[in-house]
Amino acid sequence: MTKYLLLMNYEATEVCSVPMTEWAPEDIKAHIAFQQALGRELSERGELVGAEGLSGPELAKIVTFDGVTSPVVTDGPFPESKEFLAGYWMVDVESEERALEIAAKASAAPGLGGKPLQQPIHVREVMSAPSVDV
Amino acid sequence: MTGPAAAEDLLRELAPQVLGVVIRRFGDFDAAEDAVQEALLAAALQWPSEGTPDNPRGWLIQVAIRRMTDQIRSDTARRRREDAVLQEPPSGEVLDRDDTLVLLFMCCHPALSQTSAIALTLRAVGGLATAEIASAFLVPETTMAQRISRAKQRIKSSGVPFRMPTADEWAQRLRSVLHVLYLIFNEGYTSTAGAELQRVELSHEAIRLGRAVHGQLPDDPEAAGLLALMLLTDARRPARNGPHGELIPLAEQDRSRWDRTLINEGSGLIMAAFAKEAIGPYQLQAAIAAVHDDARHADETDWPQILGLYGLLERMTGNPMVSLNRAIAAAMVEGPAAGLKLLDDLDERLAGHYRLDAVRAHLLEMSGDPQAAIKHYQAAASRTTSLPEQQYLTMKAAQLR
Repeated sequence: MTKYLLLMNYEATEVCSVPMTEWAPEDIKAHIAFQQALGRELSERGELVGAEGLSGPELAKIVTFDGVTSPVVTDGPFPESKEFLAGYWMVDVESEERALEIAAKASAAPGLGGKPLQQPIHVREVMSAPSVDV
Repeated sequence: MTGPAAAEDLLRELAPQVLGVVIRRFGDFDAAEDAVQEALLAAALQWPSEGTPDNPRGWLIQVAIRRMTDQIRSDTARRRREDAVLQEPPSGEVLDRDDTLVLLFMCCHPALSQTSAIALTLRAVGGLATAEIASAFLVPETTMAQRISRAKQRIKSSGVPFRMPTADEWAQRLRSVLHVLYLIFNEGYTSTAGAELQRVELSHEAIRLGRAVHGQLPDDPEAAGLLALMLLTDARRPARNGPHGELIPLAEQDRSRWDRTLINEGSGLIMAAFAKEAIGPYQLQAAIAAVHDDARHADETDWPQILGLYGLLERMTGNPMVSLNRAIAAAMVEGPAAGLKLLDDLDERLAGHYRLDAVRAHLLEMSGDPQAAIKHYQAAASRTTSLPEQQYLTMKAAQLR
C-alpha cells in the first residue's frame, strides 16, 4: 500500500471560467453530491486516509519571517496567482494506477451545466519507510 | 512467563484455532469472529479470578459455539423460521491442529488483494485489534475496519471454501501465505521513528505466524527459509537506525548490537533447510542474510559466497533488484569496475529507479570518481520515496563535494 496526496487546484479552465458561487443551484447540488459520492466510495473501499476542502483564497494569508524582525503577513486574495489549492484527498491505495484512477474521476467532477470541470489534479506520492537493507 | 502477559499470549495463540473450528462448523466468517471475540472477552474476565481451565482451547471453543448457537436461535426465532439449519454443538474437543493453518490459507487467498489479505490475516489469525492494525499502517481506524470488512465480504461472495488446499493448489497457495507474512514483516521492519512501536509489533506478529507455519509444516524448506530470513533480518534491528532515526547502512552498523540469539536460531534453520535440497528464494535470501550476520566486522564478510548466492537467486527469480545486489557483491569481490559493468545491463530494466542510481553512485565512489558519484547520489535522492533514504543519499552527496 502506498499513500498519495491528491491535490485539487482551482483554476479557470477552458471548460469553466465561472466560479462556483455563480453556478445555478442544481449545478452546485450535483457537484456536492458528486464529491460526497466520491468520498463514500473511497471510504467504503478502505482507501481514504483524509480529505478536506479549503476555504477560499479571500481568507488566505501569506507569512514570511527572516527570524529577526517581525513576521510579515500578507492578506489574500493574491491577484498574481491564477490557481489556488481548493482541497485534497489523502488515499492509501494498492497501486499508482489506482491513485491515477481516483484523480481522473475527481478531475471530471461536474461543473456548470453538469459538464466535467477537468480541473488538474496533482498526484504526489507520500514519503514512506525505506526498503529492506541489503 | 506468568501473569497477564502470559494469559494474553495464550489467548492470542488460541484465537485463530478457535476461530478455525467455529468457521468450519458454521461457515460464516463474520458471525464466527464475533462469537470468538465474545469467548475471548469472557476468558479475559473469568480466567484471572477463577483460574485458567485445564483445557483452555476446549473452553473457548465451547463458549464460542454456544454464543454462535444462541445467535442463530435468536435470528431464527426472529425470522419465525422453524427449519433452521443448526448443527449439533460438539461434545468435548473437536480440534484439528491444522485449523490455524487453514485459516491462514483462507485469509491469504489469491482472490483477495494483497492489502486485504494482510489486513485480514492480522485481524483473524494474528488477533490484533483493528485499531492496532490501523495505527501500524497509519490509516484511520474506520478505514482499516472497512478494509477488513470488505475482505470478509469478498471471501463470502467468492465462495472460498474453508479447507486445506488440494495437492494441485498447494504450492501456489503456500507461496501466497509466505508472501503475505513476508510483506507484514517488511512493513514492520522498515518502520521509521514516528510509528515505531506499532510497526515493530507487525514484525513480531509475522515472525510468530512464521513460526506457526513452520511448526505445522516442518518439512517445507521455504517455510523454514522465510522464518530464518525474518529472524536473521530482525536480528539487526537494534543497529539499523541511529539515535534520530537515521538509516545506518549494513557496513557501518555496530554489530555488537545485533541479536545473537536470533542469528543462531536463523542460521540453524537455514542450514537444516538447505540440507533438504529443495532450494527456493526465501532460503537463498536467508542464506545471504546469514553470511552477513556471521561476519563480526564488515570487512570479514564472505563476499564470494554472497556473490554465488545472488547468482543463484538471480537465475531463479529473474528479478532486476537481485541483479542490482549481485553487482554490489561483484564489486566487493572483483572490484568496482566489475560491478559497474553489471549495472550497464540494468539500465533498461530499472530505468529511472532510484536504487540503480544509488548503487551506481556507491560503486563510482569506490572507484575514486567522486564527481560522477555526486551526480548519481543526487539523482537517487530526488527519486526515492523514503524520507530516511533521501536524507542519507543527500548527505552522501554533500560529503563528497
